[in-house]
Amino acid sequence: MSTHQPKAAKGGKWRAPAMFGALAVLFILEGTVSNTFFSGHWDNALGILRVGLISAILALGVNIQWGYAGLFNTGVVGFLALGGLAPVLVSMPATPGAFAAGGWGILIALCVAMATLVAAVFLWGRLPVRLRGWAVAATLVLGFFAYRAVFDPAVEAVQAINPSAQGYLGGIGLPVLLSWPIGAALAAAAAWVVGKTALGLRSDYLAIATLGIGEIIVAVLRNEEWLDRGVLNVNGIPRPWPVPYETNLQQDPGFLARAASFGLDPMTGSTLLVKLLYCLLFIAVLGLLIWAAQLALNSPWGRMMRAIRDNEVAAAAMGKNVTGRHLQIFIIGSAVLGLAGAMLISLDGQMTPSGYNPLRYTFLIWVMVIVGGSGNNWGSVLGGLLIWFVWIKAGEWGPTLMGMLADHLADGTLKSHLVDSAPHMRLVIMGVILLAVLRFSPRGLLPER
Amino acid sequence: MDILNAFVAILNYIIVPATAYGAQLALGALGVTLIYGILRFSNFAHGDTMAFGTGLTILVTWAMQSAGLSFGPLPTALLALPIGIALTAALVLATDKVVYSYYRKVRAAPIYITMVSVGVMFVMNGLTRVLIGVDEIKFADGARFLISAPDFKAMTGLTEPLAIRATTAITVITAALVVWALFWFLARTRTGKSMRAYADNEDLALLSGIDPNRVVAVTWVIAAALATIAGTLYGLDKSFKAFNYFQLLLPIFAAAIVGGLGNPLGAIAGGFVIAFSEVSVTYAWKKVAMYLIPGYEPEGLLQLLSTEYKFAVSFAILIIVLLFKPTGLFKGKSV
Repeated sequence: MSTHQPKAAKGGKWRAPAMFGALAVLFILEGTVSNTFFSGHWDNALGILRVGLISAILALGVNIQWGYAGLFNTGVVGFLALGGLAPVLVSMPATPGAFAAGGWGILIALCVAMATLVAAVFLWGRLPVRLRGWAVAATLVLGFFAYRAVFDPAVEAVQAINPSAQGYLGGIGLPVLLSWPIGAALAAAAAWVVGKTALGLRSDYLAIATLGIGEIIVAVLRNEEWLDRGVLNVNGIPRPWPVPYETNLQQDPGFLARAASFGLDPMTGSTLLVKLLYCLLFIAVLGLLIWAAQLALNSPWGRMMRAIRDNEVAAAAMGKNVTGRHLQIFIIGSAVLGLAGAMLISLDGQMTPSGYNPLRYTFLIWVMVIVGGSGNNWGSVLGGLLIWFVWIKAGEWGPTLMGMLADHLADGTLKSHLVDSAPHMRLVIMGVILLAVLRFSPRGLLPER
Repeated sequence: MDILNAFVAILNYIIVPATAYGAQLALGALGVTLIYGILRFSNFAHGDTMAFGTGLTILVTWAMQSAGLSFGPLPTALLALPIGIALTAALVLATDKVVYSYYRKVRAAPIYITMVSVGVMFVMNGLTRVLIGVDEIKFADGARFLISAPDFKAMTGLTEPLAIRATTAITVITAALVVWALFWFLARTRTGKSMRAYADNEDLALLSGIDPNRVVAVTWVIAAALATIAGTLYGLDKSFKAFNYFQLLLPIFAAAIVGGLGNPLGAIAGGFVIAFSEVSVTYAWKKVAMYLIPGYEPEGLLQLLSTEYKFAVSFAILIIVLLFKPTGLFKGKSV
């Protein structure tokens, strides 16, 4: 959103390559130089890059919503978590007997719930005004009890199956790469529901509604054990194709010979190769998304979106369906978020719903978009990688710096309090970075052209 | 007798806790709605302002306790509250000076200022964690119960207990006093009237010589006071944990929108609507049903939603209001 225009960006067309070059230097320093600030392990550098790439995709998704259309989505964590459900549902093996015990019951219950909502909407449209309130309320209440009557025993039956290791439906045992587009579709479906209700109203209603849906999706994942084992976590989600397992690599004579020729021991070599392959896979996905996003942004459709963003009234007067376009872009952006969520879970190899923290997964992504330059896809990528790097390193630098500062203090409660609280300082740092960029350079590091 | 028992159970598990929770939400929603009405943006930092104010109040409480000060049967935190409010107000005014005043000057879009408030939220969240940590803290002292469960049973001979904790009573009384004072201030004093005029029509208010800086400063001080009081009452009643306050943002926004953003009376009504729905939907009705329908032995707990989904209740109400009455039950602003 450019409500107040600062000076034009300096540096012209060399600005983006220079910024990305500086970023590359940071990662190379992390990989090679060992001092107070950098670890000097390629292992760490690639590890940060891996999640950084996913962060870049998340930032791209948010940028599609905010940068193209000015939609403020504060429920990023929810769409990400919903996408993360896809690897569980798609690539975990089915729990034997679970479907026979309660799977159909659960599906029927969900169909009952859907049918109730459809019936309620239908009645609302068809009945005379006097009757419809009561009729809809009665339908909803009856539907809810019917749903619970089918749902509760089915869930109990599923959760009774080998609860210490399974107790959930499981998936359908397909390759995990397939789950990525499915994660995107799940998030898109949730976005349709939210967008349909909250778009077209005041601009900050969407922010508040998405805050709610984010918390609810995470709560569902945390509590519905039949779905994803809740806080018990699903472990052992298979890795995406082409990434091998370290233990298999270490027994592969061909790999051992190659590792030796690089002068690496099998252990380091295998972890490095795995991380490198993840990075390459994520770069491929990111590249594809950037290509598509750039095409869309520069098409007539992209020009229309920016026209709507910059002046809704004028665009509406030109016959553009503002709410409809907003809904479309909100769904597309959320699908990207869902995709990233699925990627993140197949990277972690486990589903841990208690780890979905809004500060880390919603608001940090916002810092990435704003710092990178809202409206610029490459800016989001830069912001995603850079802010993720700073976030991870600030978690290490904070205590180090605080330790140095507090070194000359006498031992005591103040000193220990300062050192203990240092890791939280990075929230303050991120907030200050966000505020400073919004105030002094609202177009970010790589401004929109 | 059974009907009385059922009534006492409802009183004990729904009406008493929901009244306290509703009062806390109402105070929070009043702050959000005032800022919306006068400064014209949705303040995402409000939950963390509550957490920060409460954190400061707890620190002052500890200092007072170690100095041997106490408030008799009342919690020491009430004594510490004015200092907590003053410190929070100072911080919030400084934030306005450093951060928000610029955006008022350039007349930035409301959604942009909302984004800025997210940055402020980040900073405040971090400051709270640095200040007091992330652990759960209980800081209520003084008398525990106004009416304790065994006393009530002995007094009435009913099988159902009724317990009213001192913190519940303090919450309701304090909230009532604060709301009364706020409405008196808005309706009777010159400053309050100028605030309402400014909220209704900024340009007209400026033309008639109202000092905008003064209105804004007073609004921030009131919002900081409301946030600190709401946060401290919530912490006394339950416990203090920084992350819970961030999560309160959703029910508070829901309350403000349900009542109509920018409408103080609506914020109070909204707070109670949200609290009563949340508590009654997540309450297990088995016991009450057994009292009311003799010979009925339900299999389940008769709980509509598990407590983990309490936020879903605020959200559902929010969605219903957005769908059918976007300006809220009481007419709010819709800019």
